[in-house]
Amino acid sequence: MNDNIRLMFTPEFFGSILLPALIGGIAVTVCCSLLGVTLVLKRYSMIGDGLSHIGYGALSVAAVMNVAPLKLALPVVIIAAFILLRLSESSKMNGDSAIAFFSTTALAVGILVSSKAGLTNDVSHYMFGSILAMTKGDVILSVVLSVIVILAYVVLYNRIFSVTFDETFARATGVNAGIYNMIFAVLTAVTVVLGMMMMGALLISSLIVIPTLTSVRVCKSFRGVVLTSGAVSVVSFLAGMMISLLFNTAPGASIVIVNVVFFLIFSVVGRAMKR
Amino acid sequence: MKTIIECKDLSASYDGMKVLNSLSFSLNEGDYMCILGENGSGKSTLVKCLLGIKQLDGGKITMCDGLSQKDIGYLPQHTNLQNGFPATVSEVVISGCLGRRGFRPFYSSDEKKIAKAAMERLGIADLAKRSCRELSGGQQQRMLLARAMCAAKKLLLLDEPVNGLDPAAQEEMYSLIQELNRKDGMTVIMVSHDVVRAVDCSNRILCLCSNDHSFFGTPEEYLNSHLGSKFLGESK
Repeated sequence: MNDNIRLMFTPEFFGSILLPALIGGIAVTVCCSLLGVTLVLKRYSMIGDGLSHIGYGALSVAAVMNVAPLKLALPVVIIAAFILLRLSESSKMNGDSAIAFFSTTALAVGILVSSKAGLTNDVSHYMFGSILAMTKGDVILSVVLSVIVILAYVVLYNRIFSVTFDETFARATGVNAGIYNMIFAVLTAVTVVLGMMMMGALLISSLIVIPTLTSVRVCKSFRGVVLTSGAVSVVSFLAGMMISLLFNTAPGASIVIVNVVFFLIFSVVGRAMKR
Repeated sequence: MKTIIECKDLSASYDGMKVLNSLSFSLNEGDYMCILGENGSGKSTLVKCLLGIKQLDGGKITMCDGLSQKDIGYLPQHTNLQNGFPATVSEVVISGCLGRRGFRPFYSSDEKKIAKAAMERLGIADLAKRSCRELSGGQQQRMLLARAMCAAKKLLLLDEPVNGLDPAAQEEMYSLIQELNRKDGMTVIMVSHDVVRAVDCSNRILCLCSNDHSFFGTPEEYLNSHLGSKFLGESK
């Protein structure tokens, strides 16, 4: 353990590996938690999960075809996000079964393609994430994305509230809910693909869902939920990274476990407040 | 009396089925109209057309005085989605002001005053900071009515406002709506299942019928009509 601590504070490691990981990681976690508030409260929680599996499929195919992973995965996941949101709204096919259908299909395609091409090792990065291997481009992209998401959240905050709370009413007051749903689909898709590269396809949806579930235990207002989710997700990320470096555990899983611990603490506090 | 909304030859369909067929009616300022009709007769479709969130197949809705469909104060049918939603009463109520704002991102102090006045009018000012999931059914409906009032310039459109409330809360809701109509001069359109109540409190009845013979007129005319006696016979 002492070796790990010493290693953490060597300038080379800190500057070239840890710092980019921290910056990119915080940016992506903040995006996940903000978008998560709307997705969870609109009962679209599974969309993040479904998209990450679709992204995994796309990344595997990209790896086999020797295409830059993001160039293929981003458009595919954005299109998938549109389709999934549409399906969730229409009554023809149940939203949750549609998501299960698409995500398992994409997962199967991804595994089939990558195992056939013998790429299992490369592609498993996307399954479990590799935050310490974020490139400069990844970091810049995550920071740009998070600035866009935060700005969109601030400027459109009241509309987002209205569309999340009661879409029919929002439409009746002249808010074009369709456009907001589209913006959400695109932002969620980009966040999921980026988050997937660091956290892995298996864990990304927990970053979207858990912070909101945690803050809902205690907060009474929508604003409180948004702010608390953001704060909890950043603190969990930093604590999880710390733990993973100190004890040599998988970063993604450690971050999720810290999130779960916060959830449990908030649940107890929320119960106590009700009494 | 000034006409506030006029609907001419409306037709609309739902899931490919024609549910409204050349429906016409008009309301004056201060009218209180109840929309009656069986399930599937097109009540909800008509509501969505009036709000402008559903495309008409034909016909025209005209609103007077430069009012637009955005200025209708709408109280949606009760849904379970809002159960457990983390939002304070004041956050919900002020979201009714969204239509007034155009593209400004934040609410002005005028809009905050409007929201505050609406809460006071409906007697929920003391609940402003409470979370809406802690409210009783009756309080929740009052919160949503306050939100509707923030959006409403002259016209309220209420979709089964007493659904799911206990009898005492129903009574309270009805008298509140009546007061808004009589004292505050709000024009009210209410979708209802309660025929007796509708005849009692409104001055216009619109009864939608799946076989194209919809009725529009005063409650007295409705009682004497074929449709009215059929419905009242059932509820007795």
